[in-house]
Amino acid sequence: MDYLAEGFLRAVRLILSLDRELTGIILLSLKVSGLALVLATLLGLPMAVAIGFKRIPMRGFIVSLFNAFMGLPPVAVGLFVYLFLSRRGPLGFMGLLYTPSAMVIAQTILAFPIIVSLCHAALISVDPVIRQAARTLGATDPQAAIAVVKEARFGIMSGVMAALGRVMAEVGAILIVGGNIAGYTRVMTTTIAMETDKGDFELALALGLILIGISLLINLALHLVQQKGVRKLV
Amino acid sequence: MSLVLRASHIAKQYGRTPVLNNISMSFEEKGIYVLMGDNGSGKSTFLRICALLEDPDGGSANYEVNGTLLPRDINLRRRISLVLPGVGAFNTSVHQNVLYGLKLRGIKGNDASRKAARAIDFVGLDHKKEQNALTLSSGETQRLGLARALAIEPEVLFLDEPAAFVDARNREIIEEIIRNLAGDSRRTVIMTTHNRRQAQRLSNRLFFLENGNLRPA
Repeated sequence: MDYLAEGFLRAVRLILSLDRELTGIILLSLKVSGLALVLATLLGLPMAVAIGFKRIPMRGFIVSLFNAFMGLPPVAVGLFVYLFLSRRGPLGFMGLLYTPSAMVIAQTILAFPIIVSLCHAALISVDPVIRQAARTLGATDPQAAIAVVKEARFGIMSGVMAALGRVMAEVGAILIVGGNIAGYTRVMTTTIAMETDKGDFELALALGLILIGISLLINLALHLVQQKGVRKLV
Repeated sequence: MSLVLRASHIAKQYGRTPVLNNISMSFEEKGIYVLMGDNGSGKSTFLRICALLEDPDGGSANYEVNGTLLPRDINLRRRISLVLPGVGAFNTSVHQNVLYGLKLRGIKGNDASRKAARAIDFVGLDHKKEQNALTLSSGETQRLGLARALAIEPEVLFLDEPAAFVDARNREIIEEIIRNLAGDSRRTVIMTTHNRRQAQRLSNRLFFLENGNLRPA
């Protein structure tokens, strides 16, 4: 038990000293996951709107497909992205493998179905009379759709937070496509996995504590967003 | 330059059930037109078709100015409005709800605030303008629906059962608002109700919708 306590204490000291390596890893993690989240939201929200409001063939099947893809295995996503970006792959000419960009692509793919599914669920739960009301007040079809998006804002934010939670904690995909290169593609989760393998728990524990803290913060934010949505009605 | 609605041979059916059967009518005079009919008689469908929110299976709802037919575009839709039975209040303050239609028309700033404040005051919700619209009572929600429509100053205003499911006090307030609304000589109000007394109290012209046909009272 001593090594656990000792490792824990050293980890806390590392956090308090704002170790350069530690902060670099944290910032890269936030940058990669944050960018992936922004991209997934920019692509996923319009997709959710299209599925929710446009008359598209096989809508039920598409919704089921996105629901199923919410649980995509990160390692499998990493493998497919690797194959596409590797030198012999169709996108190999871009030279993105083992770069933060490759990690962003992999995490965007993981976050995208979560955002589409949860945003779609939030949008279709809005009373259809809202869209009609917007049109009666002079909204064009896109403006009426925006009115519905605004009504679904708390549900949409919950979906985005859930996707953030998923990509922040993800290790398999970014390990494969990023390569865990020190100072370049090494992020919190891949560092924890590597340091644990090495039996060096100091950095792993420090990052583990921070990751748990971030996860708790995301959940707290999610809770506050949902509470705000409920409170508005009380 | 007043807007005239002409409904020509409007027909509509849901599945195999005909709801509206070749209805033609012109709404040339200003004032309050009241459509009465039982539940399911097609009153709301007729209103939605006339408000250009739904397409008929046959015939058309056309708008004219001085005999010139207007294109059914967004500019025309912004000259008319329909207050739905459920209103569809947005999850924001009463004030923001009323501003919505003004913003769509590019009216912003003090001008928009002044118009919104006047509409909110007109329906007696001044003391609740900062309150979330979803927390209003059903009568107040109906009045909010009227305020939203009033703020955008529609030339033709459709009201679908504006005083159903509200208490006696709110019904009186709503009826008074409708009378005042129609007092504007440039405006045509077309409303539905299944309350015969209310219809008689409010209407300048009363019609019955029965078996898909419209007949004067």
